[in-house]
Amino acid sequence: MRITSRGACAFAIVALGLAAPIAASAQQDYKARSWAASCAACHGTNGHSTNEIKPLAGKDKIALVKILKEFRAGERKVATVMHQHAKGYSDDQIERIAAYFAAQKK
Amino acid sequence: MSMNRRQFVRALGAGAALGAAGTLAGCATTGGGGKRVVVIGGGFGGATAAKYIRMWAPDIAVTLVERGQKFVSCPFSNRVLAGSMTIDQLTTPYDGLARNHGVKVVHDEVVAIDPVKHEVRLAGGSTLGYDRLIVAPGMDFMYETIPGLTSASAREQIPHAWKAGPQTVALRRQIESMRDGGVVAVHIPKAPYRCPPGPYERACQIATYLKKAKPRSKILLLDANPDITSKKGLFMAAWKDLYPGMIEYRPNSELHDVDASTRTAKLVFGDVKADVLNVIPPQRAGNIARQAGLITANNRWCGVDYLTWESVAHKDVHVIGDATLSAPGMPKSGHMANQHGKIVADAVVALLTGRPVNDEPMIANTCYSWVSDREVVHVASVHAYDKAKKTMVTVKGAGGLSAKRNMKEAGFASAWAENIWADMLK
Repeated sequence: MRITSRGACAFAIVALGLAAPIAASAQQDYKARSWAASCAACHGTNGHSTNEIKPLAGKDKIALVKILKEFRAGERKVATVMHQHAKGYSDDQIERIAAYFAAQKK
Repeated sequence: MSMNRRQFVRALGAGAALGAAGTLAGCATTGGGGKRVVVIGGGFGGATAAKYIRMWAPDIAVTLVERGQKFVSCPFSNRVLAGSMTIDQLTTPYDGLARNHGVKVVHDEVVAIDPVKHEVRLAGGSTLGYDRLIVAPGMDFMYETIPGLTSASAREQIPHAWKAGPQTVALRRQIESMRDGGVVAVHIPKAPYRCPPGPYERACQIATYLKKAKPRSKILLLDANPDITSKKGLFMAAWKDLYPGMIEYRPNSELHDVDASTRTAKLVFGDVKADVLNVIPPQRAGNIARQAGLITANNRWCGVDYLTWESVAHKDVHVIGDATLSAPGMPKSGHMANQHGKIVADAVVALLTGRPVNDEPMIANTCYSWVSDREVVHVASVHAYDKAKKTMVTVKGAGGLSAKRNMKEAGFASAWAENIWADMLK
């Protein structure tokens, strides 16, 4: 990732000279990363929980979105805190947080 | 010292040159290369910030200055009073931060911050330069409000046990050596203080031990507040069901002094003599924040911009954790400090690499309390940045409490502890 980024930068310097810096990692959703980091307090850094709290790293995005929306709607029978948390997040936030965890290595 | 100073000036010159080159090249600053962050304090906030900056921007050099050789968790330390856990089980070394993330951990104490020169001075004599400083000193006690606690011996006799470690063990020993039929009095300061539900959980944990070992004993909760400040219904139910007749709650019990030799709490409405007296003194931002002029609110807390956690007093200096002026509905807690640590990490990386700061930070908060040796209750909340109010606000409709105390959440509470300690230190 860093090598790619530097490569792109070197290219940009050659191609664009002093033009506005381009962000090689513009694809990175920094907001989603920050939101997901909040979840990490319980679910482990980048979703790598090592115990009975569910790990989230590498989970299927569509499945995660479905579960979070079910929590939010109060449709999941087994809930201790997640139904209370999920109510604080929008559809867009849920999608982006789920995408972040889905992209993490298991 | 002079050598250090010269080295520092040289480093600063090099930094300035790098900065200029960075601006010219544009992309050279994308990774924050050559930038230095110093973090003061390796608690839930500081350790998390140090780790996450390195994780998200490996080109930024991070130095964490921490007095203690190992981290000892305040959350779960009330369980030591019950005999359900040991201090060792609350203790995590700092070596994971260096090994896994390349954080330079310096075991020393910051004695001065120079926000103009951008450097901090350590008790050991050296100085550290920074581009951005993160101050996470936790809280310190306002001992001047309790004259009887001036001496070190008085503080042994009447422990606070509100910073986990020797004080926790001291309180446990006092309770263990108390006679059956004795009185344990716990004084709670006016809010805001570290860990709102902590004193009420403490009553449960002391009661857990007394019920088994000294069932004729009593616990007096002397609360300076007009009412139980957190999880009220859940705590009251636990006291009534699990420890009937053992815990007496006295609101509006403001303390003005103690007599350490007789373990007497001098309250505005009369004296209370106890066999074991645990006074949690009023608190303010940690001493280094105070000394550095970072306290801006009520002579106690550090005001910050809630997007970057940058101090309102000093540029390029960020403050997180218990030391900050809490946003509405935001408790002073380890979980919250961990959240501040990540938001400040993201903001500092953004500022040092020239990308926009996240203008929509979110915090999910879960706080577990042990009401016995096997049952737990929680309070949860979600906090979002309000652009009009320029502060974090609780999201309406989200959050809530356990329906009732239960064993299932005891498992989740233990899992939470394991994961959050790893999230900050491993």
